[in-house]
Parts: sequence; C-alpha cells; structure tokens
Amino acid sequence: MKSHRWFTPWALVLPALIWLFVFSIWPTLNTIRLSFTNTKPLGGGDFVGFRNFVDLFKDEQLGYALLNSAIYMVVCLPLLTIGPLLIAILIQKKLPGITFFRTAFYTPVIASAVVVGLMWTWLLDDRGLINNMASSLGFIQGPLPFLTDRWLVLFSAISLTVWKGLGYYMIIYVSALGNVPKELHEAAAVDGASVVRRFFNVTLPSLRNTIVLVSILVSVSALRVFSELYILTGSKGGPGGQDMSVVMLIQQYARGFYGDLGYASALSIVLFVVTIVPMLVLVRINRKANDQ
Amino acid sequence: MSLQSQTRPVPSPARDVRADAPRPRRRRRSFNSTSRQEIVLRYVLLVFILFICVGPFLWELSTSLKGAGEDIYTTTPSFIPEQPTLDNYTAVSNAIPVMGYIGNSLTVAALSITGNVFGATLAGFAMARLKFRFRKIVIGAFLATLVLPGEVTIVSQFVTIKDLGLADTLLGVALPGMIAALNVLLMYNAFRAIPEEIDQAAVMDGANVWQRLRFIGLPSVKGTLAVIIIFTFIGAWDDFLWPLIVLTDPQNFTLTIGLQYLASTFSTDQRLVAAGAMIAFIPVAVVFASLQRWFFKGVGEGAVKG
Repeated sequence: MKSHRWFTPWALVLPALIWLFVFSIWPTLNTIRLSFTNTKPLGGGDFVGFRNFVDLFKDEQLGYALLNSAIYMVVCLPLLTIGPLLIAILIQKKLPGITFFRTAFYTPVIASAVVVGLMWTWLLDDRGLINNMASSLGFIQGPLPFLTDRWLVLFSAISLTVWKGLGYYMIIYVSALGNVPKELHEAAAVDGASVVRRFFNVTLPSLRNTIVLVSILVSVSALRVFSELYILTGSKGGPGGQDMSVVMLIQQYARGFYGDLGYASALSIVLFVVTIVPMLVLVRINRKANDQ
Repeated sequence: MSLQSQTRPVPSPARDVRADAPRPRRRRRSFNSTSRQEIVLRYVLLVFILFICVGPFLWELSTSLKGAGEDIYTTTPSFIPEQPTLDNYTAVSNAIPVMGYIGNSLTVAALSITGNVFGATLAGFAMARLKFRFRKIVIGAFLATLVLPGEVTIVSQFVTIKDLGLADTLLGVALPGMIAALNVLLMYNAFRAIPEEIDQAAVMDGANVWQRLRFIGLPSVKGTLAVIIIFTFIGAWDDFLWPLIVLTDPQNFTLTIGLQYLASTFSTDQRLVAAGAMIAFIPVAVVFASLQRWFFKGVGEGAVKG
C-alpha cells in the first residue's frame, strides 16, 4: 500500500536540508578553505598556503589562550561534574516547595551571559559587594583586584562559569536519577545500607554513563568560553590580552581589532582540534547508549 | 515517592508476632518517611544553594532601584533600597534606545521561532513517519552536525552572511539558526513516539500526508513544540557572540549588544548598568517562570544541548 508519493518526504525535509548544508556543512568545509587564504573583512582572499598555520605557532596570545583553556577545564571538570550531581540528589526528594527551588537553581542558566557577566563585574568590583564584605569582616586589607589581575580575572570567570552551569547539569542528572531503579535502593535500604553507602553502591554505578557524558559536556564548554571573559575584562582580554580564550581570539580576528578572517579560520581549526577529543568520546558513548 | 512532610514515621502495619526484638534504629528511615533532622538539613542546604544562585540577581535588582542619593558602595551593604526609585530605568532609555534594541531582539527571536517551528516540524515528521530512500543517511547527517561546536564555524558563517549581503542586518543574525539540527532531531524523536498502528489505520482510511501530520502528528508533539519555542526564544534573546560579529551599526544592536555597549560607556554608574541588566533579564525570567513546567519536561527529553 503506497501511502505517499516519492517526493513528498523530500519536499518536507528540503528546507531543513538546505539549512543543514548552507549553515553547517558548507561553513565547515569553507573554514578549511579560508584558513589557507588571507581573507580580510573587506576583501583579499588569495591563497597563502600554510602561512596562517605557521603564524599560529608564533602567536603568543594563542599560547596564553590554550593555557587558560587548560586551566579552565581542569578547574571546571570536578566542580561541574560532582556539584550538580549532589544538588540533583538534593532536589530529587519531593519536599514542599521543591519546584520553586528547582526553578530558582536554574535561573542562572536562562540568564544571558552578558547580564550575568555584568552582575559579577559589579559584585567583584574594587568597591563591590564581595570586596566590601571581605574587608569589613577583616579577611583582606585592601580590595582584591578580581577584574584586573591576570590570574584573578581567569578565576573570576571560572567561578562565573561554574555558577552558571550548576543548574544546567543538575537537570541532566535529575532526569538520569529518575531512571535509577527504585527497587535497588529499597533492597539496599532493607539490607541496612546507609545513605552514603547506597550513594556509592547504587546511585553512582547506575549513573556512570551520565557522569561521563556530563564531564565531556563540561570540558567542551570550558573550551568554548567567550562571554564571561569578554564581559569581565571589558572586551580587553585582561592585562596584555593574556586572559583571552580561543573563541575570544577568533572573535578579535573576525571582527575586532585585528581583522583577519583567514587567520581567524586557522584559529577555528585549532579550536576544533582541541574540542574534538572530548567530542569523539561523546559520540562513542552515544552510540553505546543507542545500542542498549 | 510520597509527598508527605510529616515528621514521624508512618506506623508500620501489624508486626509479625515473632519480631519482638527492638528494630534497629536505621529502619526508622524507611522509604516512605523521612526523619525530622534530614528534612531540616535538606532545607538548610536548599536555602544555602538558593542564596548562591539567586543572591547576585537580587543584589543587581537592589542596586538598580537605589536612588542617586544612596551610597551603593557602603561597607555595610543593604539589600533594601532606602529611596527606591525607577529613575535608573528612565536613565537607561535616555542613554541607549532600549525599546529599539528590545524590538531588534524580538525580531530575531520571532524569525528563529517561526523558522524552527515550521522547518523542524516538517523535517522531523518526514524523517519519523514517512518511508523514503536514504532516510537513515538524512538522519545521520543531522546527528553528525551536533558534535561540531558552533564557534568553530562562526567565521565562515560570517563570510557566508556577508556574501549574501546580510552583514549588519537582523535577518543575518537570525538566518543561520532558523532551522537548527537539534530541533529537527527533537521533533523527529517526538513524532517517533506515535504508535505505528494509528498511522497505518489512517493510511487505510485514505488519509493523505497532510492530514496525517495535522490530525495525528501535531496533537501528540505539542509538548516538544512548546519546548522548542521556549528554548529558541531564550537562545535568541540571550545570544551574544554571533550578533556581536554580525552587527556593527548601533541602530541594529540586539539587547545584549546594546547592554554591553551601555556597560562599557557608563561603567562608572553601576546603578545604570544594573538597570540595563535587569531590563534584559526580566523578560526571560518571566517567560521561564511562567512556562517552567514545559521547560523541565522537555529538558529531560533533549538533555544534550550544545
């Protein structure tokens, strides 16, 4: 029984396919092509061979950016993999008002990075709330330069990212926790296992895949950081531009002061190479999950 | 789980006569009752996290409402403004064309939502409910693009938009995201959940593709559609990097770009910046708070985003 003509599905899929090609597949290929040219925002576009890639190796700022990304990843990974899990366990228990708490914990996720960045800029200001509180409590003598010191800016941005990410990963864990068989917990409880033991012997093993998934998502998003650093450093990238991320460098070359789309494309390829490793693991895990 | 917040454990049903030994203490915390200490501890932790998550927003709101006569830098911070005023909000609209920026953001959001609702629904329906050659390859192509971070292609994306003559336009900002692969896959998943038998019966009764989409497909994917609309709105409203690359003329700024411009120009006046931040935040907060039920239902379905 023929339910439709052969071209009907194609007609329905066509718009999405056009978008997929024009705004995903073609830009990917074009990034590679552009990285071998000296395309400028207002023209150019001659083939220059590997010159952009040679320049990459001489680029001091890229070195800083990669170091920042590495630090970002190392700090975010444990905090954003474990923290949201604990919050998810806390929020899973249906107490009165839990919906309110869940919504409130998710609020930082839905706020724009710009809004959040400005909020934190004000909190971390020399005369802002955090410095004032710490001073009046006698923790510090003078204000800490949260927004101007090369390392403190980076850690301010990291804490912002962690703060903004808690709710996002919490939700992923909550839906995974819903799939942990209740019987296991009940059986363990009957056997007299304590809450802590049940967590380690029942909850953690059944969440293994989700924990791996979240840790990959966290590491990829740590490599893609842009807005936090851009806003906290007032678009300057910290002292001497040492507080840039790779994405921020890309933006600077694509549209900012430097204006070199060819070089920005070469930087994009660097970004792709550093993110592909966690990505590959992610794809493998997805495949495993689909096989089950 | 039970919703009860009672403090004492439920009296257990008549016990076995032989079990006259006192029960171990741990037993009191069985699955359908929670001890008083545990509940108190849980609430203490919840309130502590609440303070961390929402505190900064409240401080920003409080700053935005403080009058010019108030010292916002005091070492003894006060959350409640002494002379609450909306002057800062008026000052923001004098400093930047806020209404125009909101309009620009809404234009981008409307374009994105429209494109995604139509494009993703049609494609998702065809991929899930209609048999055609290369169907698997098409699905795989959408899946494959998910693993690519958008920032990698942002430069060539800009080149494409520039070549189309759409640099520095709102359409140029909205266009690449008008049919997102993720949304196509979300719709595909939603349509897949419909039992085959219903479709087959409809085909037997001579329903055409359009009728099957309209009367069988759409009613059962309303939830996913709602999620896509909410996500797309928030994504478009909050987006920063892409409009920052596309737009140059201050006339065309979306709200996030305008806000960043405001902050860099008036960085000395924190009240003003705070008011601007609140103007950008409150609409999203309202949309989210009123639709959060849909939101959390959908986040579970499409947990992997970005």
